[in-house]
Amino acid sequence: MLSTLEAGRCESMGTLLDVKDLKTRFHTPEGTVYAVNGISFHVKEGETLAVVGESGCGKSVSMLSILQLILVPPGEIAGGQALYRGVDLLKKSESEMEAIRGQEVAMIFQDPMTSLNPVLSIGRQISETLRTHKGMDQKEANRRTIELLEMVGISDPAHRLGDYPHQFSGGMRQRVMIAIALACNPSLLIADEPTTALDVTIQAQIVELVTKIRDQVHMAVIWITHDLGVVAGIADRVMVMYAGFIVEEASVVELYENPCHPYTSALLGALPRVDRRRDHRLKSIPGAPPSLLVEPHGCPFSARCEVVIDRCKTDNPLLTPVGQDHHNIACWVDINTGAPR
Amino acid sequence: METTASQIPILTLDDLETPPLSLGQLAWRRFKRHKPAIIGLVVLVLLVMYALGGTLFISEKYANFNDTSLRLQGPSAVHPFGTDSIGRDILARTIYGGQISLMIGLTAVIVETLLGILVGAIAGYYGGVVDSVLMRITEAMLNIPEIFLLIVMAKYFGGKIPEVDLLGRTFSGSVIVIVLIIGLTSWMYLARIVRAQFLSLKENEFVLAARATGTSNFEIIFRHILPNSIAPIVVSATLGVANAILSEAYISFLGLGVQPPTATWGNMLDGANNYLDTAPWLWFFPGILILLTVLSINFLGDGLRDALDPRSRTV
Amino acid sequence: MNGSPPLVIVDNLTKHFPVTRGIIIQRKVGAVRAVDGISFTIDQGETLGLVGESGCGKTTAGRTLLGLYPATAGTVTIDGHNIRSAKGREMLLIRRIAQMIFQDPYASLNPRWTVHSIISEPLRVHHLFKTEAERVERVQELMGLVGLSGRLINRFPHEFSGGQRQRIGVARALASDPRFIVCDEPISALDVSIQAQVVNLLEDLQDRFGLTYLFIAHDLSMVRHICDRVAVMYLGLMAELADRNELYEHPLHPYTIALLSAVPVPDPRKDRARRRIILAGDVPSPINPPSGCRFHPRCPLADQQCSDEVPEWRLAAPSHWVACHKV
Ligand SMILES: Nc1ncnc2c1ncn2[C@@H]1O[C@H](COP(=O)(O)OP(=O)(O)OP(=O)(O)O)[C@@H](O)[C@H]1O
Ligand SMILES: Nc1ncnc2c1ncn2[C@@H]1O[C@H](COP(=O)(O)OP(=O)(O)OP(=O)(O)O)[C@@H](O)[C@H]1O
Ligand code: SF4
Ligand code: SF4
Ligand SMILES: [Mg+2]
Ligand SMILES: [Mg+2]
Repeated sequence: MLSTLEAGRCESMGTLLDVKDLKTRFHTPEGTVYAVNGISFHVKEGETLAVVGESGCGKSVSMLSILQLILVPPGEIAGGQALYRGVDLLKKSESEMEAIRGQEVAMIFQDPMTSLNPVLSIGRQISETLRTHKGMDQKEANRRTIELLEMVGISDPAHRLGDYPHQFSGGMRQRVMIAIALACNPSLLIADEPTTALDVTIQAQIVELVTKIRDQVHMAVIWITHDLGVVAGIADRVMVMYAGFIVEEASVVELYENPCHPYTSALLGALPRVDRRRDHRLKSIPGAPPSLLVEPHGCPFSARCEVVIDRCKTDNPLLTPVGQDHHNIACWVDINTGAPR
Repeated sequence: METTASQIPILTLDDLETPPLSLGQLAWRRFKRHKPAIIGLVVLVLLVMYALGGTLFISEKYANFNDTSLRLQGPSAVHPFGTDSIGRDILARTIYGGQISLMIGLTAVIVETLLGILVGAIAGYYGGVVDSVLMRITEAMLNIPEIFLLIVMAKYFGGKIPEVDLLGRTFSGSVIVIVLIIGLTSWMYLARIVRAQFLSLKENEFVLAARATGTSNFEIIFRHILPNSIAPIVVSATLGVANAILSEAYISFLGLGVQPPTATWGNMLDGANNYLDTAPWLWFFPGILILLTVLSINFLGDGLRDALDPRSRTV
Repeated sequence: MNGSPPLVIVDNLTKHFPVTRGIIIQRKVGAVRAVDGISFTIDQGETLGLVGESGCGKTTAGRTLLGLYPATAGTVTIDGHNIRSAKGREMLLIRRIAQMIFQDPYASLNPRWTVHSIISEPLRVHHLFKTEAERVERVQELMGLVGLSGRLINRFPHEFSGGQRQRIGVARALASDPRFIVCDEPISALDVSIQAQVVNLLEDLQDRFGLTYLFIAHDLSMVRHICDRVAVMYLGLMAELADRNELYEHPLHPYTIALLSAVPVPDPRKDRARRRIILAGDVPSPINPPSGCRFHPRCPLADQQCSDEVPEWRLAAPSHWVACHKV
């Protein structure tokens, strides 16, 4: 596995999704929430992109915006493009999006308890998807449902078709969600913290399942998480978000071995390691993320940054390349020397 | 960069931008900023002053004086609110009736609320057998027709309570009986609401945290959980006031409460029944007074609820 | 370990929650065997980690240990006081020296109380200071200790971030000068960048005041960082208990081994090179736990003996306890 990692599994592949300058806001009684502030990124075919960041930094909102799943109002997609195979998803009508969601791009959510309909049987929920999107008849849909459940590791699937979500454990429900997401062989799977609510042993099961299927069907994956450990195991490339901005983007090895943004570096320093003895004090990041209720100016991390300079308070740095291999950061300072770039 | 404990200077009292305030003080601050509540409070005070102050100018005798030759006269300079079906002055009667109605409305609600909170809180907090017993009693009370309770209680208490002197007037014991009757027959809904609140709130970790500190059950019930269930209590109490004022008329009609010729807003409204079109002033003035009372208490309740909720927007 | 007796002694602690049917007449139809006889000790000044998957009974163990849930069986002794027989003044004393920090920094603070009322509650309950002014001073001192400005004394919990709220919870737990604190997943609800703040705070306070912690967590990385000894629970029972480095470097129980291998490491080269043991299935229900060794339906080493006999809780190496037939 290490060798594929070094080679970059997807060097030669075409771009599947290309997001440019996406901006999303929410107009609430308290004021405008600047949730996503002009982010640009891309995903290649078959590639796994991990999106990491603290709670509320805009990970979910940016992905939901791409699929037009933001409630408007209070939400508003204030600008940008999301080119999927060259076509802008943000310009599609609701009915066109319905065809794309599920068939081309599938999504699984954090909470396996609320994403399934509690009054419909598991079998029905999966075969329904197949019948609407693939036009299968009941018999064919049932056959495929059993196949899918088998694929996600539910034992004796034929007998569990009639079961309801409450009869399944959290891990099994998440498997069912994955089965539904995979039902139509999507080219891109967006997984929004699919393991956060689960135990480590179940998390390991799910991570293994998704990587296995990804490699089998050659599917691109966007994996949202705040667990830097999971990212290390699954991603090809990583994108770090902070307060609605992308602050660093790099291949997974590069990011962990040579983090260049002060936030990424602090985050990695704050992590305890199960494979290391306690010989150091954890590095902590003082303060808390900024409120998204004020229009951002200056670097969003400036209030907590250790190497902040005057310029950071007034100018917001753009994402620019450092080094080679598409390693981009948004920072005015060279973290190694502390001098301005 | 890390702020460790030792770096933080310990502030003295003078350094504080504000000294620590009690929850009551903070609630009063929030209450003061709630305009409708202040208006409600002012109107309620005015109504009380109307009912009490009016007695300085008009005697009770005058309020009960009837002159059938003057019956059903519209408002005029002599009788600003008009006269009723047997020629009594409505202004005078709203003043004397107001004393009784306000007293009944407010005290009955206090009885009702105290009982409801007590039963609901104990049942919800302790659960188990205590809860089962209290809730069976509550349901039994709900299922016995109110009218039956009223008659039994009125018969039981009737005549046993001596007359009382208050505000220079003599009230028959029946007024106290009415307060008790209304209070004792209307606490059940509130008890159920409070119980439901307590059942869910007691599972909160802050209650467990209080227990882990050794806080007594009494404090947990009254200082931790009760303030968190104030909203439905306030709503229920507001409705209770209007209900009590109107129930009084109904009970009196059964011959169990305040007897004629003593006026109350409720029995004045009741007496206007046959003259809805022909003599609207008969119901208009007591009606308006009841409405004002209910509205002001409603606003007051709103303010109270917000004052006790630190998350409310009024701050 | 250092001669003086352990501060906390837990012996065969058991907590079953009755499962009832019926609304008016409640019949007991079974029991959730949330904690089913666990024993351990915690030394003065030590941090014992308690780890295990969701629903294995960690929270129940912590709460029963402090007497917040009445125990079904077993004994708990804290600083020489038997918590199950203590009443009145003795109970109040235990409440003063043993405290708790909760998992949810939102639910564990009364939303209608100011920070001052919250932190001074233990002071009032235990009559620790005579005047309000002295209490205010103590509250400010505590706020300073946990890194909050004393100026925020009139604020309400909702005006603080998650990490700050957890600090308020820590300040409240410290108010009565406790010797022992049960920390029930104090950082699970917090973001990575905030977790380190709270963990460092807990470590500083321990160094300053010689506190003893029972640190409940499911994050094995953090447990390795903060704890001196670690206990692993599975389905209401102890699986393994050992010194931290011993447990992480030489785990004996198959469940511990699987659990450790499942923890992702934030290092792509290392993480991908690791051999991972993927356990099949889920944790069974504590209402009808499996016979014999409770781990046997998921255990890669299980055999007939495992499903028939309950493994004994025994010392497998010096101060290394384990419950498994195959060790
Ligand atoms: N419907 C909404 N109305 C108002 N604000 C919203 C809404 N949905 C999201 N937000 C705000 O947008 C910001 C980004 O939210 P988002 O859900 O993307 O965070 P996230 O990075 O996914 O966090 P988490 O890790 O907690 O899931 C947050 O500050 C959130 O409060
Ligand atoms: N009050 C209660 N009544 C009935 N069952 C309970 C109660 N509290 C907990 N349980 C059950 O006891 C078992 C152990 O629960 P506990 O909360 O102690 O687990 P935990 O290890 O703390 O899990 P988590 O990591 O999710 O917090 C669970 O099966 C739970 O459903
Ligand atoms: S731009 Fe300035 S404040 Fe922002 S991360 Fe870089 S150094 Fe820190
Ligand atoms: S006793 Fe048997 S089933 Fe239990 S952990 Fe040991 S080997 Fe596995
Ligand atoms: Mg999210
Ligand atoms: Mg727990």
